[in-house]
Amino acid sequence: MTPSSPPTLDYPLTVNGRRHDVQDAWIGESLLYVLRERLGLPGSKGACEQGECGSCTVVLDGRAVCSCLVLAASAVDAEITTIEGLGADQALSDVQQAFIDAGGVQCGFCTPGFVVAVHHLLSVQDDPTDNEIKEALSGNICRCTGYGRILEAVRQVVVRRRSS
Amino acid sequence: MSVLAPRTLDQAIDMIRSDPSSTLLAGGTDLMVEINLHGRRPSSVISLSRIDELRSYRVDADVVTIGASVPYADMERGELAEALPALAQAARTVGSPQIRAAGTLGGNLGTSSPAGDGLPVLAALNAVIDVVGPEGERRIPFEDFMTGVKKNSLAAGEIIRSISFQRSERWQGYAKVGSRNAMVIATASVCLTRSDSDVTVALGAVAPTIVRAHDAEVWIAENCDLSRPVPDTVASEFAERVAAAARPIDDHRSTASYRRHAVRVLSRRLLERSST
Repeated sequence: MTPSSPPTLDYPLTVNGRRHDVQDAWIGESLLYVLRERLGLPGSKGACEQGECGSCTVVLDGRAVCSCLVLAASAVDAEITTIEGLGADQALSDVQQAFIDAGGVQCGFCTPGFVVAVHHLLSVQDDPTDNEIKEALSGNICRCTGYGRILEAVRQVVVRRRSS
Repeated sequence: MSVLAPRTLDQAIDMIRSDPSSTLLAGGTDLMVEINLHGRRPSSVISLSRIDELRSYRVDADVVTIGASVPYADMERGELAEALPALAQAARTVGSPQIRAAGTLGGNLGTSSPAGDGLPVLAALNAVIDVVGPEGERRIPFEDFMTGVKKNSLAAGEIIRSISFQRSERWQGYAKVGSRNAMVIATASVCLTRSDSDVTVALGAVAPTIVRAHDAEVWIAENCDLSRPVPDTVASEFAERVAAAARPIDDHRSTASYRRHAVRVLSRRLLERSST
């Protein structure tokens, strides 16, 4: 069944502490699509669109989720943090800096999703074991690094936060 | 033509009554894939993730009740994991942390895929599904819930409220095989529980619905002193009988013969774990 005109909606979304008004959106749009195409926040990446790759990871009400699997219009009352909301102003966050220092970035496409997932991990667990890091990042796929340097980046953040 | 996020179950039921064509949205890990990749175009959606009653659980002396919208992440550890260790083991095999933060038992039931990771646990533990609809409430034993591949006995307008489990001292365990560790749909999964007098065992992803291996359950209760470690010969015969209960198919994920083999190995492994 094809509807004659696709139903559209207006609704507010709170992203990185700022309220945005989404207008004339089709009801089936994912949060990932709305962030990238309507709100000018292209940091979250779209690849698989089925929750397999983690490159669209955002934090929604305190949980790291795949924004491609969130119906944007259902997230009206949620607090959403994207990669753009990490770090202060234009400065890199400590996680982003550690990814650079450890060589955890190659093509870079998966990096925003990893960085959000690492921020979330360290917000709930400040001294994870290697197995806990691997488990926490098991929903994020990187096809370049082989993960070793990403793991090393997380270890560096833990050490730096502890000594600061 | 809307996306509605009711705060109470009563509101949700009223919304369905006024637009029976509404699509129910739980964690989104199935519905959004259909929308993103398979051209599904719902005319209106009712999101169940903001209803507090569905997001809560209770661990009582006799019964554990889990709201339909409680995410799998909440079953991996803590009170629920202590009360229902097999459910915690199953929850840890679901997708990835991101998927477990979103996916729910209510969603697994609503989709009724035979590969739903939580479902064999519901079958082996004789869980009861509590549903509410325009005609009132009813409680559906899990064995009467799934009727086929992605088919179930929910009536139009009914919403899954919660899943309840009788607490017991029975041993319980879960195991799953897939092509990799994370982010994988089950090739086969098994949940097994054991007391000193009987065993229950349920299989996932190897038949159109979750199946209980009734023949194997009856056989081992009659042929083995379950208060003692199970002898190898009994374990082999049991695993053979469990595998015979599978009705697997060949598909892009596996072959029927491998699925049956996996059931044999997993059921034997769980039986051995229950002896130690």
